[in-house]
Amino acid sequence: MRNTFINTLSELAQENPNIFLLCGDLGYSVLEPFAKAFPDRFLNVGIAEQNMTGVAVGLAREGYNVFTYSIGNFPTLRCMEQIRYDVCYHRANVKIIAVGAGYAYGAQGVSHHTTEDIGMLRTIPNMTICAPADPAEAKLAANFMSSFNGPGYVRINKSGEAIIHGDSSKLRFSPGEFIQVSQGKNVVVITTGAILGAVLDEIKSKNYSWSVFSSPFIGSYNKEKLIEISKCYENIVTVEEHQLNGGFGSSIVEIYSDLYDAGLIKKMPHIRRIGINNKFIGVAGTQDYLRSVGGLDLAEKFLEINSNA
Amino acid sequence: MDLVKYAQEIRLLVLELCYTKKTSHIGGAFSVADILAVLYGEVMNINPLLDKEPGRDRLFYSKGHACTALYAALSKRNFFTTETLLNNFIKDGEYFTSHINHSLPGVELSTGSLGHALGVAAGSALAGKRKKLPYTVYAILSDGELDEGSNWEAIMFAAQNKLNNLILIIDYNKIQSFGRVEDVMALEPLADKFRAFNWHVEEVDGHSIEDLKATLTNLMQIDDSTPKCLIAHTIKGKGVSFMEDSLAWHYKSPNSDEYQDAKKQLELQK
Repeated sequence: MRNTFINTLSELAQENPNIFLLCGDLGYSVLEPFAKAFPDRFLNVGIAEQNMTGVAVGLAREGYNVFTYSIGNFPTLRCMEQIRYDVCYHRANVKIIAVGAGYAYGAQGVSHHTTEDIGMLRTIPNMTICAPADPAEAKLAANFMSSFNGPGYVRINKSGEAIIHGDSSKLRFSPGEFIQVSQGKNVVVITTGAILGAVLDEIKSKNYSWSVFSSPFIGSYNKEKLIEISKCYENIVTVEEHQLNGGFGSSIVEIYSDLYDAGLIKKMPHIRRIGINNKFIGVAGTQDYLRSVGGLDLAEKFLEINSNA
Repeated sequence: MDLVKYAQEIRLLVLELCYTKKTSHIGGAFSVADILAVLYGEVMNINPLLDKEPGRDRLFYSKGHACTALYAALSKRNFFTTETLLNNFIKDGEYFTSHINHSLPGVELSTGSLGHALGVAAGSALAGKRKKLPYTVYAILSDGELDEGSNWEAIMFAAQNKLNNLILIIDYNKIQSFGRVEDVMALEPLADKFRAFNWHVEEVDGHSIEDLKATLTNLMQIDDSTPKCLIAHTIKGKGVSFMEDSLAWHYKSPNSDEYQDAKKQLELQK
C-alpha cells in the first residue's frame, strides 16, 4: 500500500503544484518516480527527522502541502515535540507518512515496530490520524491528505496487502466514518489499519456471522453511527496492531463512555479490545508470528468471543 | 531612525514589563535588544500594515523566553500599541504569553522550546528559493540552545541546500540557563564550527549598532551560495550595571529599588 499511496500522491502532484515531499533518507524503490517527476518539490533531508519536521513547517508556511516520509517511529516519536509544537499548534499543513505500521518490519526488531504511535499522536490537538486498511484505502488517504489543509498522520503497513474494498470510489472516506466490510449479527468487529485483512481471513475461515467495519480514521467518530452500532450488537470488538494502552480500542471505549455519560446511550456496550498486550517483542519473527505472540492471536480470541456471544 | 534610541526604548519597555508583571529572562532580553533594533529599525523589509505580505523578510525568534524584547521591538514599530502590550502582557485570556506567540501581529512562529526555530527558518528559506521569492530569512538563537542537536541538523541542512537567503544570528551572551556556557557545554571554537559546517561566518560586537548594521548589510550583499551566521558577542543584562553578566538575571525580576536604578541607567543611555 505504500506504493499505492506514493503513486497516488504523484498523480495528484501533477495537478496540485503545492504538494511537496520530504524524506528522511528512506524510500528506496518507492519514492524515485516522485523525485524524478517533481525535482522542485522533493527533497531528501538526510537522517534528521526533527529537522525534517521543522523544514516541513517552514515550507508549509509558504503555501506548500508538505508530506514527510520515513519508517514508523522516525518521523513520529523521534520528533514528537516538533509535531506537537511546530506542526499541530501552528496548524501547519504537514502530513506525516510512516510506513511499517505495527509489526510490518517484524524481524528488524523493536526499533522498527511501530506500536505506540497512535496513542501518542492522538493526544495532540489538531492532528488527523489515518490508518488505511488496504491499497484502496491508501489511495483514498492520499486523496484526502492532498486536499485537506492541516496536520495529518498516515500510518501505512508496507507492501503486498490484498485489496479488500472493491470499488473505492463508493466508499465514504472521511474522519469519523466507518466503512462496513461485512454484515452479520451479535458481534461487530471494528478494526483500524492493515490488520483488517487478517481479521476477515479468520472470520471467513471459521464462518463466523459477524459484522466488520474498517475505521480508517482514528480519534473522532460519527456518534450517531456508534449509537446505532451499540443498539444492533451485543458485542463490540476492536482490533488494532498497536499497544492496547491509548490506542484505537481505547479511543472507542472513551467515546462510548462519553456517550453514556451524556445520556445518549442507555448502557455501556460490552467492548472487547484486541491489540498488543502492552509489551515489547524482542525476538525476531514475521509479522504474523509477532502479531500472534503480541496479543493478536485472532484464532483463539475470536473463538472465545464466539463461544460467549 | 535613531537605532541607539530604539534599542534603549526596547530595554526600557522590557524593564517595565518584567517589573510590573514580575516575569523572568530580563538578562537575555537586554542582550538581544540591539540586534532587534537594527533588524526591525533598518535592515529587515517589514511593514506592520502588511503583516503577512509574501515579500516581507521573516524573523524566526528561537529564544522565545526573551519575548519581552521582541514584543517591545514590535510595539515600537506599531505592530501593536505599547499600551496594548503593557496592558495585556501575560494577562488572562490574552495572547501575550511569556514565550513569544504567533497569534500576535509580527510574530512568525511561537517558540519557547529551544532548538525549533532554525529548522522552520530553513524550510522557509528553502521555499523562498524554490519559489524564487526574494525575501531574506533571519533566525535569532541563544547560545545555550546550541546544545540542542536539532539545531545542528538544521545547520547541516542549510549548508547542504545552499540556503544563502538564511541569516542566523547567535546572541552569544555566554550565560545559559543554569551556568556559564563554557562550563555547561562549551561552544568554542564557535566560528570555526560554523565554517567547518560550510557556513559564511562573521563575528561582531552585538551591542555596537554601527557594527551590527554594517555587518548585516554586508552579509545580505555577499553573493555566494552559503548560509550566513553572525555571531553577536553580547552581554547578558546589557545596559544595567548590576544585571550585566549575571546568571541571576536570567530569573529575577527587579524589585522597586532595582527598577528605579535600572530605569535611571537606561534613560541616561538614550
